[in-house]
Amino acid sequence: MRVRASGDPLPLHYSVSVPEARSSLATGLGRVLVIVYAILALAATGRSVSQILSRFDEAPVAFTLSALAAVVYIVATIALVAKGPVWNRVAWIAIGFELVGVLVIGAISLLAPQLLGLPDINPFGRYATVWSDFGAGYLCIPLVLPVLGLLWLRSRRDAARQAATVDAEVRA
Amino acid sequence: MILGLTIAIVVVALAAGALNLVLGLLGKAPNDLSLGALALVELALIAQVVTAIVAPLVGNPPSGNPIEFWAYLIAAVVIPVLAVFWALGERNRWGTVVLGIAALAIAVMVWRMQIIWTVQLA
Repeated sequence: MRVRASGDPLPLHYSVSVPEARSSLATGLGRVLVIVYAILALAATGRSVSQILSRFDEAPVAFTLSALAAVVYIVATIALVAKGPVWNRVAWIAIGFELVGVLVIGAISLLAPQLLGLPDINPFGRYATVWSDFGAGYLCIPLVLPVLGLLWLRSRRDAARQAATVDAEVRA
Repeated sequence: MILGLTIAIVVVALAAGALNLVLGLLGKAPNDLSLGALALVELALIAQVVTAIVAPLVGNPPSGNPIEFWAYLIAAVVIPVLAVFWALGERNRWGTVVLGIAALAIAVMVWRMQIIWTVQLA
């Protein structure tokens, strides 16, 4: 947790808020999660930008999905680092979307690759995206990561609730 | 790209990754050894950047996709720096694990760069 600079004004709601819910999700093990998200965000952004710049016409649907995945990873990374209940909700949404994305795109890429305009299903091929073949081209990390992310969010939420209950008992 | 250099960088990155994962799981916060290992990885990546600029000028141009190659290389150069700052933000065992994961990601990316540089239509 970051130490408050002495000059920072205390927010008005400071004393009534649940401390855990207000703090960053990126603490302890959460910091490892963040670096994995950041690396995937960079990798997916680099890949989709180069695919779109150099040969968008070849597989426009797949390359657009590549870019979408990149945006989701960027949003998830920011939401995990940023503090506050709004970012917490954004983290839930982004990581939930990521899980749905990798499952749906992974399934379509294997069962009906033509729907994505994919001529082949090679996860390392020139048409592969982060989510095709359930992320096999990225060691299946894209499939495992959202599950770990949601588990982490849940454990933080439970910790926050517990802290709130203890807090309420202390006050009562 | 030069296969020998790629292999050297991958070996350095794998070693740095394994070292930091072990140190992290042993409960060590980032120290000179773990940060030094990441510095070595960054140095190796700078050698890769220099090679990627010089090689085409001396008659070893990529047969693969140069845009994709550079996308990977730029991302790879940024990652160790980001990881070190992030690891020092909260100095505990997880910071060391962060360094280890970053180094392992570099190993994968550098290997991938070799393929992108050399293989047609990769």
